[in-house]
Amino acid sequence: MNETEIRAIFLQELGNIAPEMDLQRLDAYADLREALDIDSMDLLNLMTALHRRLGVNIPELDYPKLMNLDGALRYLGDRLK
Amino acid sequence: MEWRRIIKSSKERQDANLADYEESVRQFSWDKARALLDGLPGGGLNIAHEAIDRHIASGQGGKLALRWIGRDDQVRNFTYGALGAAINQFANALARRGVSKGDRVFSLLGRTPELYFVALGTLKNGGVFSPLFSAFGPEPIKARMEIGEARVLVTSEAFYRRKIEPWRKELASLKHVFLTECPGEPPEGTIDLRAAMVDCPATFETVGTTPEDMALLHFTSGTTGRPKGAVHVHDAVISHHVTGRFALDLKPGDIFWCTADPGWVTGISYGVISPLSNLCALVVDQAEFDVERWYRTLEREQVTVWYTAPTAIRMLMKAGADIARRFDLSRLRLIASVGEPLNPEAVAWGMEAFGKPIHDNWWQTETGGIMISNFRSMDVKPGSMGRPLPGVVAGIVERLADGGVRAVETPMTKGELALRPGWPSMMRGYLHEQERYRKCFAGDWYLTGDLAMRDDEGYFWFVGRADDVIKSAGHLIGPFEVESALMEHPAVAEAGVIGVPEPTVGEMVKAFVALKDGHEPSESLRKELLGFSRKRLGPAVAPKDIAFRQNLPKTRSGKIMRRLLKARELGLPEGDISTLESEER
Repeated sequence: MNETEIRAIFLQELGNIAPEMDLQRLDAYADLREALDIDSMDLLNLMTALHRRLGVNIPELDYPKLMNLDGALRYLGDRLK
Repeated sequence: MEWRRIIKSSKERQDANLADYEESVRQFSWDKARALLDGLPGGGLNIAHEAIDRHIASGQGGKLALRWIGRDDQVRNFTYGALGAAINQFANALARRGVSKGDRVFSLLGRTPELYFVALGTLKNGGVFSPLFSAFGPEPIKARMEIGEARVLVTSEAFYRRKIEPWRKELASLKHVFLTECPGEPPEGTIDLRAAMVDCPATFETVGTTPEDMALLHFTSGTTGRPKGAVHVHDAVISHHVTGRFALDLKPGDIFWCTADPGWVTGISYGVISPLSNLCALVVDQAEFDVERWYRTLEREQVTVWYTAPTAIRMLMKAGADIARRFDLSRLRLIASVGEPLNPEAVAWGMEAFGKPIHDNWWQTETGGIMISNFRSMDVKPGSMGRPLPGVVAGIVERLADGGVRAVETPMTKGELALRPGWPSMMRGYLHEQERYRKCFAGDWYLTGDLAMRDDEGYFWFVGRADDVIKSAGHLIGPFEVESALMEHPAVAEAGVIGVPEPTVGEMVKAFVALKDGHEPSESLRKELLGFSRKRLGPAVAPKDIAFRQNLPKTRSGKIMRRLLKARELGLPEGDISTLESEER
C-alpha cells in the first residue's frame, strides 16, 4: 500500500470520528486530540478502525507515535512496508 | 467467579492513618474532625485558608505544594509560599474589578497552574468557584454558566475563541473574562490573566466567610431537565481534609497524584483541596493519558499516593503488567480509584502490576467527598466499593409507593444506596432547583440514585444506576442534554439517548434518532448528526454512535422509553412495558 492510500484511509477514519472538522486544513504536526477534539474513546475507536482497514495491530505503547498526522502516516507506512 | 480477598499485613494496618476501622468509626465525630483545622484568625472558615495560608503561618511556606509538568516536560515547582502569592495576586485581580463575596467565578481550563490560582484565589476573595470540563462544547458550557450566573470566566484564548466568543454577549451576567495562553493582544472584552496578576500585590487578606457560605458550584446531570448545580459550602473542607486522611491515607509530605481532570468534582475536592489541607505536594501533568509517560511520572516524581480512575486503569491493563514492572514504583504506598465501579479484574491486576491492590471508593458530586471506601488497613474484596467512612452512615433502602423508604437489612439484597445527611461536604442544594433537591430525600435518607447491596461484613457492592444517566470515562452525562442538542437539527423529529456498555470507558453514549418527514436515513446524514452534536456538545458529551429509527418507543404521554431502547440494544429482558403506547419501528 502506498503513502497516498494510507493517508486517504487515515483521513477517512478521522472523518468518521470527527466529521465536523475540516481535515484538508489539518496541520500535520498538531496533536490530533487538541486539533480535532478527540477524547480517549474516540482514540480507541480510531485505533480499532485502523486495525480493521489496514490490518495493522497497534499496541497501546505505540499510541503516542500516532498523535499527529505526520507521525501516524510514518508509523503506518513503516508497519505496512 | 469468586475473587480472592486481599488480606492486609499488620504492618500495613499499623502504618495507616486509619489503623482500626471499627475503632475509628466509634471514636469519630465531625466536631473532632473540625478541630483538625484552624479556622480564620478572626473567626469563620475559608477553604483557601485551610489549604494554603495556615501552612504558611505555621512556618511551612517553603514546602513543595505543586509540581506542574507541562506537555513538553518542562517543570514548574510552587512552594506553599509561592502558590499562596499567586493565589493572592488573582484574588487582588478580582477584588480590583469589584468582584466580591458570593460572585461566581468559572474556569474552563486544562491542567495548568492557573487553575490552582483561580480556584483558591476565588475562595479567598469570598467568591464561588465553578469548574467546567474543557472537553465540553459551547452548549454545555453556556447552559452551566447561565444557571450559575457567571460573573467571571477564566479560560485560554483558544477555548475562548472556539467555545465562548460566539455567544458571549447573550450572557449578561458575565462581566470579566481572563485569558491564559494569550501571547498577543487579548481579544476585545477580555483581559490577559498574566498581565492582570503581575499588576497585583502578592498579599491579600482573606474575605471573612462563614462555614455555611457558598464556596463551590459543581455541575452534574440528571435524567431529565437541565444540568444541576450542586452547591457546596466552606464547611466542606472538613470532609475533604479528613476523608483524604482516612481513605487516601494522606500524610504531610506525601507526593500525591490525582489524575482526575480539574473540570470535575474529584479534580477539585481531591485534586486541590484535600491534599493541600493535608500539607501534601501535588503532581499535575498537563499531557493527556499515555501509558509510558504515566509510569515514568510515578517513578520520577516518587509518587506516594495515586488517585486515578477505572478508565485509565483499564487502559494501563491493556498495555500489560510487564510495562509497570519496568519502573521503580517502590515509593507508591496507596493506589485508589474513583469515577465508576472498579471491576474485580482491575483490582487483581493491580496486585500483579504493582504488588498492591487498587482501592476503589465511592462518592458523587452531591456528597462532595468520599463516602464509602476501601482503606489501607482493611482487607479488600475485589469488586466492592468498601465500607462507609467514619462519620458516614450508609444504608440500602427500598422506595415505597407512598413516597417513603424502608431500610433493607438482609445482606446482599439489592436496593438504593442511601446516606444519612449531616456530613460537612453534603450539597446544600441544587442552585435555583429546590424541588429537584427536595426529591433527593425520603425519610431520614439522602437517596443517591445508585443501586447497591451490602454484605454481612458491611462492605457495599455497586449494582447499577436507578435512573437513565450515563457514565462514560467516569463522567456523568444527562441523556436529556444530548437529546436536546440533536433535536436542534432540522432533520430530527425525536431522539433517545442511552449508555451502551463498553469495556474501557464503562459506557458509551449512543443516540437513536427518528427523522422528520422528507428526510431519509443515510450514512452522510448520520455523520452530519455526529458532527452537529460534537460541535455543540464537545467530545465528552456527544454521542459516539447514532442509529436511525422510524419511530422511538414512547409512553402515552409521549415520553421516550430509554430503558426499553437500552434493553433491546443489549438483548436484555424488556421488563414492564405496560406504559408503552407507541412502539419502536
